[in-house]
Amino acid sequence: MVPVSYYLVVSVILFTLGALGVLIRRNALVVFMSIELMLNAANLAFVAFSRTFNSYDGQLFVFFVMTVAAAEVAVGLALIVAIFRSKHSIDVDQLSSLKG
Amino acid sequence: MTQLDFYTLLPVMTLTIWACVLLLVDLFILSERRGLTAILAVVGLLVTMGVSISQMGREATGFNQMIVLDGFSNFLNLLLLLTGLLGIAVAYGYNRRMGIERGEYYPIMLFSLAGMMLMAQASHLIMIFIALELLSIPLYVLAAFAYPRPESEEAGLKYFLLGSFSSGFVLYGIAMTFGATGSLAIPGIVAAIADGTANTSLLLIGAALILVGFGFKVAAAPFHMWTPDVYQGAPTSVTAFMAAGAKAAGFAALLRVFVVAFPTLSDQLTPIISVLAALTMILGNVIAIAQTDIKRMLAYSSIAQAGYMLMAFVAYGNPAVQAVSVASALFYMVAYTITSFGAWGVVIALEKAEGKGLAISDYAGMGKKYPFLAACMTVFMLSLTGLPPTLGLIGKLYLFRAAVEGGFITLAVIGVVTSLLSAFYYLRVVVNMYMKTGDPEVARETWLDFTIGATALLTVVLSVVPAGLFAWASQALFIALK
Repeated sequence: MVPVSYYLVVSVILFTLGALGVLIRRNALVVFMSIELMLNAANLAFVAFSRTFNSYDGQLFVFFVMTVAAAEVAVGLALIVAIFRSKHSIDVDQLSSLKG
Repeated sequence: MTQLDFYTLLPVMTLTIWACVLLLVDLFILSERRGLTAILAVVGLLVTMGVSISQMGREATGFNQMIVLDGFSNFLNLLLLLTGLLGIAVAYGYNRRMGIERGEYYPIMLFSLAGMMLMAQASHLIMIFIALELLSIPLYVLAAFAYPRPESEEAGLKYFLLGSFSSGFVLYGIAMTFGATGSLAIPGIVAAIADGTANTSLLLIGAALILVGFGFKVAAAPFHMWTPDVYQGAPTSVTAFMAAGAKAAGFAALLRVFVVAFPTLSDQLTPIISVLAALTMILGNVIAIAQTDIKRMLAYSSIAQAGYMLMAFVAYGNPAVQAVSVASALFYMVAYTITSFGAWGVVIALEKAEGKGLAISDYAGMGKKYPFLAACMTVFMLSLTGLPPTLGLIGKLYLFRAAVEGGFITLAVIGVVTSLLSAFYYLRVVVNMYMKTGDPEVARETWLDFTIGATALLTVVLSVVPAGLFAWASQALFIALK
């Protein structure tokens, strides 16, 4: 059996990539996908830990996370479409009408 | 599932079902009678409040200890329901005036409130995550509610991206906590830590990530970047609701998770939290001075207030002062909710379409033309600064006392100094109102006026007799988990 630490390393790499993506990428859709990557990194960790502890709690949590992520996609894409309609761009750097 | 299970969750369920039904009923309400939806939402809140009041003093756990009903959750439920009532009162006329009177506003707000209340009652990390999302997703929608106004859309997207980013941190923190203890239920985590079977370093990473995630939600520095933009861009009625509600719910989750589950980590976490608190107080208050837009100024003020609340939270691991800390944090939440709603109410009264009337200089001449509103605004500004005779002063006294008793004298000193600093920008509004000439135009709406007057009255009256409220907050204890 593959030890849990291997899964954990992959999960940490995924989470870091996701967090970096949010901070570095400028396209709202890519930023959003990076956030999904962070959530899935957590999912991987949950499933791996669930296996080690022989409990279903972690696997159960993953279903909740997927459901919640789907709800977030619905709202997020609607917002991105609305922005695209009025600005013809989804570059987050151009979202700068609010500052002070 | 037994009746007791449902009983513990009754307030949240009542509100959720009411919101679902309201969403359907709204379809049959004619667009010129939109006000009816607001009234029905208020009825729902009052019914839920009745349920919550009937649960006062009860303690129970339900759904296999996933949900708890205790003094703490009851106190917060009532506070959040009050937030909801005030939120509807300030939104009622504003939404019509701004042309955003859409029926779904109120159900969405109720859903968000249900999430906040679930957060106060959650005793299982799955529930905390679900509650976090249930409160956040409707708020993303509400922030962008003035669609197609570009500022509102921008606020919505910024809130959405940074909010989901912070949810990612909370979720990863939960995963690490699960990995460290093998349990997702708070009692299980407590047991694993007590047995010594928990992996301390993994647990510490988990707790720190959860702290970061909730730091975003309550707008603590250095995770506050979204706050000014979102507070400025969102419709002001939403901002008022978000500022009070999301903050209270975020602190509810922080207090429950950290005080109940992670007291053993306090040696490592206390220095981090105290730095966060100091940074939040300093940053919020210093940047607020430079603001010319009242919404942005109040946004930075709300960051600063989060710092003061964090100060109470620093000593969470010390059993001797824990009770006082929690009570003073709760007391300050009440003070902040009442005061900030009043201040936002005055902002709403002055705001005109297309974002006019939001500069601090637009308040010039208020004292002559609208003495009542100006007097109320003065009370709110004094309260936010922490000057007598207001609730803000009493709240800060309790907070500083908690910090000093916990041995964080430096922090208390920073708190006092930044409060003095904050007088500069709060009193600038008062100076503008009374000592400069101008001709402000104010929208008089019955419910808005009522809210402003009532919150101003409460701010003053409760400061004279704060003992009852503080005693109630002191009894708002966490249930003893077996």
